[in-house]
Amino acid sequence: MCETCGCNVTPGNVHLAWQKVPNGTTAIDVLGRLLVANDRLAGHNRAHFGAHGVLAVNLMAAPGSGKTALLEATADALRQELRIAVLVGDLETENDARRIRARGVPALQITTGSACHLDAHMVHDALHKIELDGLDVLFIENVGNLVCPASFDLGQRRNVALLSFTEGDDKPAKYPVLFRKADLVLLTKSDLAPHMEDFDAARAERCVRDLANAAPVHALSARKGLGLEPWFEWLHEELTSIRAEVASPSVQEESRHGHGERMAR
Amino acid sequence: MHELALCQALLEQVEEIARQRSARVTRVHLAVGPLSGAEPRLLAEAYGIATAGTAAENSELVIEAAAVRVRCRACGAESTASAQRLLCAECGNWQTELTGGDELLLLKVELSNNDLAVTA
Repeated sequence: MCETCGCNVTPGNVHLAWQKVPNGTTAIDVLGRLLVANDRLAGHNRAHFGAHGVLAVNLMAAPGSGKTALLEATADALRQELRIAVLVGDLETENDARRIRARGVPALQITTGSACHLDAHMVHDALHKIELDGLDVLFIENVGNLVCPASFDLGQRRNVALLSFTEGDDKPAKYPVLFRKADLVLLTKSDLAPHMEDFDAARAERCVRDLANAAPVHALSARKGLGLEPWFEWLHEELTSIRAEVASPSVQEESRHGHGERMAR
Repeated sequence: MHELALCQALLEQVEEIARQRSARVTRVHLAVGPLSGAEPRLLAEAYGIATAGTAAENSELVIEAAAVRVRCRACGAESTASAQRLLCAECGNWQTELTGGDELLLLKVELSNNDLAVTA
């Protein structure tokens, strides 16, 4: 169902519109998404990424699950072959962006203040400070949080959820909104697996399947450089896929809309 | 706790509707599914804070809970499911498609013109 353009007002519910109710009050039927402004701007960001052939990947995970460490290892391994940039969302501090910059990759910190998630507006504002031309992959490291980031579309092409071996293997069941949307699930800190007897990787994967999600699940350790190849392959495949789409005429048409129609905040 | 942000997004739409009709908001109806990521109880709390000083101040928030429903890609059956287990109730297959339960919709806004003079 499309929930943005009003086509979800169907013959079955249209009678609700402009229904008169007693006491001089009027009921106005809306049937629209709450986050319509965010979603519109997310679409705008997505068009930007598409126009530049940039693979935008939204990394979501709990605090301390190893998002920044994964990006450090990814920068070390791929920076010669891919042009990478990173947007980092955090409530406070520049620490994570600084860590990534130290690996020779441009990183822009978005400090959200009290906001527990990134939204399409914050990403859009940050895009004005990042050169998309010539870029291959833009990682968006979301605020460490398994609840709120899942509700806000940023315009990313893919969602990657991280779950570390030091957490509970049933987290996909506890946070179904986020893990249902993951296109790839990475079980991080796999080097600690021998010490974490309670964490069952097969059970974590089963929890993901229970959410009707067919996303690949890979275990890896960024610190020890273990199991990183499938992750790098996935990135290359996704980049190839978006480049192929950008080359097709229909997508070029869609990506052409520019800043003429600025979205209201 | 992103419910305040959701309420602010909601209010942008609601206030625009009220402004166009020079009316006061008396009641707002939402549909919220368990897989929307929004917690109805927190939404209700945030609503009181977000509406303060707006055309929707003191209005009532009515939240309709939406059920989680899936359609099986294997057997085609449609069934209800829990948010943690989106399996087909008929054949147990996990390869299903969500047909309901992730809604976060503004359904209806009720407005009043009656007491504008009093509140102005």
